[in-house]
Amino acid sequence: MDQILSLAATNLLSPIILSFALGVAAALARSDLNIPEAVAKGMSIYLLFAIGFKGGVSVADHGIDATLALSLIAGLILSAVLPLIAFALLQVMSGLSRLDAAAVAAHYGSISIVTFVAGTSVLESSGIASEGYMVAVAAAMEAPAILSALWLISRGGDARRMDKDLIREIMLNGSIVLLVGSFAIGWITGAEGLAKIEAFIVSPFQGVLCLFLLDMGLVAGRGLRGGSGVLKPGVLAFGVVMPLVGAALGLGTGLLLGLSTGGVALFMVLSASASYIAVPAAMRVALPEANPSIYLTLSLGVTFPFNLTLGLPIYVAVASALT
Amino acid sequence: MQTHKAKRVAIIIELVMQSRLTDALEGAGVTGWSVLPVLGGSGRSGGWSREGQVSRGTGMVQVVCVIRPDRLDGLLDAAFAVVDRHIGIVSISDCEVVRAERF
Repeated sequence: MDQILSLAATNLLSPIILSFALGVAAALARSDLNIPEAVAKGMSIYLLFAIGFKGGVSVADHGIDATLALSLIAGLILSAVLPLIAFALLQVMSGLSRLDAAAVAAHYGSISIVTFVAGTSVLESSGIASEGYMVAVAAAMEAPAILSALWLISRGGDARRMDKDLIREIMLNGSIVLLVGSFAIGWITGAEGLAKIEAFIVSPFQGVLCLFLLDMGLVAGRGLRGGSGVLKPGVLAFGVVMPLVGAALGLGTGLLLGLSTGGVALFMVLSASASYIAVPAAMRVALPEANPSIYLTLSLGVTFPFNLTLGLPIYVAVASALT
Repeated sequence: MQTHKAKRVAIIIELVMQSRLTDALEGAGVTGWSVLPVLGGSGRSGGWSREGQVSRGTGMVQVVCVIRPDRLDGLLDAAFAVVDRHIGIVSISDCEVVRAERF
């Protein structure tokens, strides 16, 4: 237990978590601190490229095995099942309508790629190795949750269909294309390719992540400030309980697959995180009557900060203790 | 200078619906439109700002078309098929244009 608390305290006081906390505090204090939109976009492209590339290089180094395919399948299943659990929990914990509950549930089956990036960074800082292909698992877990949410709605007699444009937008959204594309480039070029661009994608990574999380802190803080009146106590509690439920499922899955400590921790991170990029866009198209203030505030203003500040240290510590 | 009466239709809609709306407009024979960014606002679904947006799901744009008055009904039918269930504002105003043949 002491070891878990010590690891959690170390992670909490890391530059990336403190940068995020600074952003949240600045937004809550109504500071005019602001990261220009284009800079934030550039940093997210950099981070996705770097994390995808390094994942691909890792797979090139260690080769592929059956666990990779099994991890991908497990990720797809988890992403599809988590919304069903989230929906059931919301029915018990909140007074949300079926439509709003399904929209929220979709977010909790999908993943937050920023939380994943922060998770890999925490693992690297702690010297804990993870499977490089977890990047591909992250990409695989983006979309199935959306289908589950639409199925939940259709069970209530309100059939919603996804048109081909929406399917294309979900499958080819910029984050997935960049992540999978850079993963493939890293896989093809391997360690030799990494050596050529190492100075660009390895050394500056932590610093860029700090600035990016500062911006994310500002966004989360503004969301929390603006949406604080929207969320009732039951819904707020869900934003903290559901990540822990997801993390527990991710833990079980990672252990069943026989992943390394880092792999198990990342499965927990992916299962615990909630989308705030791909799924909100899909929900606006497929379920426009659902209230975006609820699912965005919950995902970005409650679960994301929880995962980043308390969740990540807990998940890494638990994975370390059980593997 | 000679001017001609026209209708200016401004549709504020979610960014994710932009291409669906412009496709519908083109399908209705409206080939001229402009898309403007919306910086922020507040409405029945609460306030929002473009500043610090991380999701395409929450941004808004304004699609503006200037058309001949007799084409207004066709445009509105096509637009409403897309925007009816969504957040946004459709406003119509009278305006005048200089080169009528372009509309």
